[in-house]
Amino acid sequence: MTTETHCPYCALQCGMRLDGAAVTPRQFPTNGGGLCQKGWTAGALLTSPGRLTTPLVRTGGELRPASWDAALDLVASRIAGLTAEHGPDAVAVFGGGGLTNEKAYLLGKFARVAIGTAQIDYNGRFCMSSAAAAGLRAFGVDRGMPFPVTDLADADAVLLVGANPAETMPPFMQHLAAARAAGGLIVVDPRRTPTAEQAALHLQPAPGTDLALALGILHAVVAEGHLRKDYLAERTTGFDEAWRIAAAWWPERVERVTGVAAADQRLVAERLANAERAYVLTARGTEQHARGTDTVGAWINVALSLGLPGRTGSGYGCITGQGNGQGGREHGQKADQLPGYRRIDDPAARRHVAAVWGVDPAALPGPGRSAYELLDALGTETGPRGLLVFGSNVVVSAPDSGRVADRLSTLDLLVVADLVLSETAARADVVLPVTQWAEEDGTMTNLEGRILLRRKALPAPDGVRTDLEVLHGLAVRLGQPAERFPTEAEAVFEELRRASAGGPADYSGVSYARLRAGEALHWPVPGDDHPGTPRLFLDRFAHPDGKARFVAVDHSGPAEPPDTEFPLQATTGRVLQHYQSGAQTRLVAELAAVVPEAFVEVHPDTAERAGLTDGDLAAVTSRRGAVRARVRCVPTLRPDLVFLPFHFPDAQRANLITIPALDPTSRMPEFKVCAVRLAKAEVPR
Amino acid sequence: MSTRRVVIAGYGMAGARLAEELRRRDPHGDRVSVTVFGEERRPAYNRVLLSAVVGGSMTPESVQLQDESWAERHLVDLRLGVPVVAVDRVARRVTGAGGSTVDYDVLVLATGSRSWVPPTDGLLGEDRELAPGVVAFRTLDDCERILSWARPGMPVAVLGGGLLGLEAARGLAGRGCLVTVVHPVGHLMERQLDPAGGAVLAKTLGALGIEVRLNVLAARYQPGDGLKLDDGSVVPADLVVVSAGVKPETALAETAGLTVDRGLLVDDCLRTNDPRVHAIGDCARHPGTVSGLVQPAWEQAAVLADLITGTNPAARYRGTPVVTRLKARDVDLAALGEVHTEVDSPGAEVVCLQDPARGRYVKLVVRDDRVAGAIVLGAPDAAATITQLYDRGVPAPSDRMALVLGRSLPAGAAAAHSPADLPAASVVCRCNTVTKGQLVKAWRGGARGVAELATSTRATTGCGSCRDSVCGIAEWLSAAEPA
Repeated sequence: MTTETHCPYCALQCGMRLDGAAVTPRQFPTNGGGLCQKGWTAGALLTSPGRLTTPLVRTGGELRPASWDAALDLVASRIAGLTAEHGPDAVAVFGGGGLTNEKAYLLGKFARVAIGTAQIDYNGRFCMSSAAAAGLRAFGVDRGMPFPVTDLADADAVLLVGANPAETMPPFMQHLAAARAAGGLIVVDPRRTPTAEQAALHLQPAPGTDLALALGILHAVVAEGHLRKDYLAERTTGFDEAWRIAAAWWPERVERVTGVAAADQRLVAERLANAERAYVLTARGTEQHARGTDTVGAWINVALSLGLPGRTGSGYGCITGQGNGQGGREHGQKADQLPGYRRIDDPAARRHVAAVWGVDPAALPGPGRSAYELLDALGTETGPRGLLVFGSNVVVSAPDSGRVADRLSTLDLLVVADLVLSETAARADVVLPVTQWAEEDGTMTNLEGRILLRRKALPAPDGVRTDLEVLHGLAVRLGQPAERFPTEAEAVFEELRRASAGGPADYSGVSYARLRAGEALHWPVPGDDHPGTPRLFLDRFAHPDGKARFVAVDHSGPAEPPDTEFPLQATTGRVLQHYQSGAQTRLVAELAAVVPEAFVEVHPDTAERAGLTDGDLAAVTSRRGAVRARVRCVPTLRPDLVFLPFHFPDAQRANLITIPALDPTSRMPEFKVCAVRLAKAEVPR
Repeated sequence: MSTRRVVIAGYGMAGARLAEELRRRDPHGDRVSVTVFGEERRPAYNRVLLSAVVGGSMTPESVQLQDESWAERHLVDLRLGVPVVAVDRVARRVTGAGGSTVDYDVLVLATGSRSWVPPTDGLLGEDRELAPGVVAFRTLDDCERILSWARPGMPVAVLGGGLLGLEAARGLAGRGCLVTVVHPVGHLMERQLDPAGGAVLAKTLGALGIEVRLNVLAARYQPGDGLKLDDGSVVPADLVVVSAGVKPETALAETAGLTVDRGLLVDDCLRTNDPRVHAIGDCARHPGTVSGLVQPAWEQAAVLADLITGTNPAARYRGTPVVTRLKARDVDLAALGEVHTEVDSPGAEVVCLQDPARGRYVKLVVRDDRVAGAIVLGAPDAAATITQLYDRGVPAPSDRMALVLGRSLPAGAAAAHSPADLPAASVVCRCNTVTKGQLVKAWRGGARGVAELATSTRATTGCGSCRDSVCGIAEWLSAAEPA
């Protein structure tokens, strides 16, 4: 029997069919019948011997099999003990952008109601939080793409900033075919990626200078007479303040900072301005900076200056990364949020959600620490002493992962729910084996804000429970009424509908029945008969005055500039065959065979200077640590830059070197640039 | 704690920037009070963009650096139209035009520079001001005067073929004026260009309708007629724009007894010989840079603000590598470092590429593996890359020719013309890591068409961009190995 479902990996949520564990692609608007190698091989993990099928409890220093009751009893009693002794904030919860809406919702409720802790955040903080913050600031609401992804197919110009979809979500590239054919595909990336290779124009800024580049292009828009003054007057505020800054960034000055030719900056302005339908899209390369929110804001300013957002057939969007990166940021696993994309410090939001949960609004905790700050505080005097991790592998994916591993080791209690023994799970006191995508029902919200139903296709292996069941089991043991933590996904979703009603991300009109019937529902869907909102902002933006806001932002450069001790810059990213920390994809033999280990891309001259050639093992060292990786000489790379993918464990973790400098608004770490040096790796004895 | 009284004499790009940098570090005025004297009666504006104003792509309003209420909102006592006329270094007091006085703890001179008018007969009237029909090119007022005169089809002479003169010339030509540049030296921008580069530039400008007269001095300006040159010829001109160079404005400093030698001499703390008096921008002379460019002025402002506010007492200004970038539409010129080194100079690697017919000239000087100088005309990508290498001081790529061309040559073998030439291990479908070898194997296994190859190998099922290649391979196989 085949089941129509969606891919377990990225936010494109490609349509696929599952027959047993065998995957075949199916027609769905986001993927047009395409799948990448990760999608095709997604079934392999369902039958993988690497799969966990029994709870593990650390005894005598080793993880040993235990019964579910023993494991849950232990976790609940340790939570109760820690919170009784040190208060509810002594136990923290860490979620993930791959969790379904139901899980993300119930996790937030579990933290705030069953534990009573403010200390909950999730790995989406490391993903698109800067775009979310910038979108909120500019438009009043954050939906990654405020239009269906298929709209892109009619564009004659698309500017991709810090995005590499040809590797990270390959079927997405279909939607850019027309822009590409029209010579209108423009890619901004310090590396010549497979995406950049397809572009008519590839701008290669020095890492950490993206904001300056956006200012130069905005300057060119004005200087070359492309400014859409009518649109500015009708639909925006704040241009003058933004221009005062951009006026000081004429393209030649920007060229000196970014290395992007002034002529190319003008060309971008011209191409976008002359296009009938144009889009500006940003992704991790723009967002993962200590000034990521401002950087995204600067690109939104460019889009606004050309009158793109809120116009049919044009716009600005963020290409969300994780499978449920959109839904995961809406329903309450984020430190400052309640379901429906509500703010936890908003009294009306607290009253609404508390009423749905049947608790006193005053009993709900306030905002907690952001992801890295939370990890950084673990085991410290004022920080949490216990941590529950769901759907995240923080010792690989968090910045300065040496420090994170160190913090985890000081915890009194580390609990990890995962389907495989991830590097984080391997350090846990208790590991809880959970179901994966095809073994449970749940909804995902894809990169265009469309809510998708992912149905159960297979029975879960014996010994495995769903995350919802785990939360239920723990909540009940912590004294919560059983009905407050349902184990059926649809029941949780029914509650989520009510909790989100009236919020910016309003799901109240979405039901499993409508989704089963194949309706395409983009939020907000404020009623049962509401058709959903595929395109936001056509009439007004979500700020009270209905206008979009230019934000006055200035360039300041990377948190850690290179110097004589660390003369190179390192940037991190992804490869096609692996997903996030690689905990899942590294177990898929077909994927691991293609990219089995960490590598570092280096310009041949730079390699030669370090005494390295293709295939050598190199050590890339920053102030925080060193990572070992196989050298790949890449002549198109800037000589002062090295690139490392971050999907690999142990000594190959790229995040051993990354810098936890955080964006002041989004608290996004600066994954995309730090200062390093390169040398031959010492052969371990 | 009492605040330190900072007085800034000059509200140009340097003075305005310093006021901003001070307030960025001390937004509420807890540490310093700031008084700014400005000679012009308008908010500070971006001088770099004046050629764009002349060219018509920018308005005077759009080049303003600060809006009218900036000073008030940032607790800055701004006195527009009031130049400082006297400094009493003993009493630590400045006097503004009109007689107002302000006491200071720290005085910063940011008085900029002034146009130098060559001693050509007739340029100055009897009042020693510029004669009617003669304008300088230095201030926004100058621009407005130029614009009020210039009309399409009008003959205009620009005196001076340096950076600013050429920018003005290009702006005026863009407005339809018939522009002749008169330059006393044998090639344009002789400080920044070698003769060959200057010649290509003159040719490029010629194509844009700008005539260039070299090696000739203007002898006399005759209103209504034009410029009479010292070779006897006449350049017709209804308007003469003087852009023959600038002089640091140091009169105030000299009167105050500060040490001046072609600019106010300053150390790495931007101090003059009086430790309470600093100087930044065009009026200052620091050994690490040249005057007349904004980048050094802004870097100096940041360092000085660190020092004055105590934000970083260790801040020092060590100089700014000078990169000259001509801002003229359709002319892409960068010049930096040593430009006069000849191709056969010992001790240097010099690469030179000349394509005068296409307006291209690239000269690269490399010493000790670092970019030591370059002239890059008509090659934007090369200009950008070379400038970054120069600024960052990192080793230049060993492929110097690629650097001069502005882009790496494709690595490895040229693209295969026929699928037959493609190595079996080469990946055809990147999304699914399908090699040519796998496609061939699938074909031999019975997958006799693109759809069948896709089903069998998954090639084309990702982004679909390899479809043409897979079609090509299928056609090649069907010809080579018919069923």
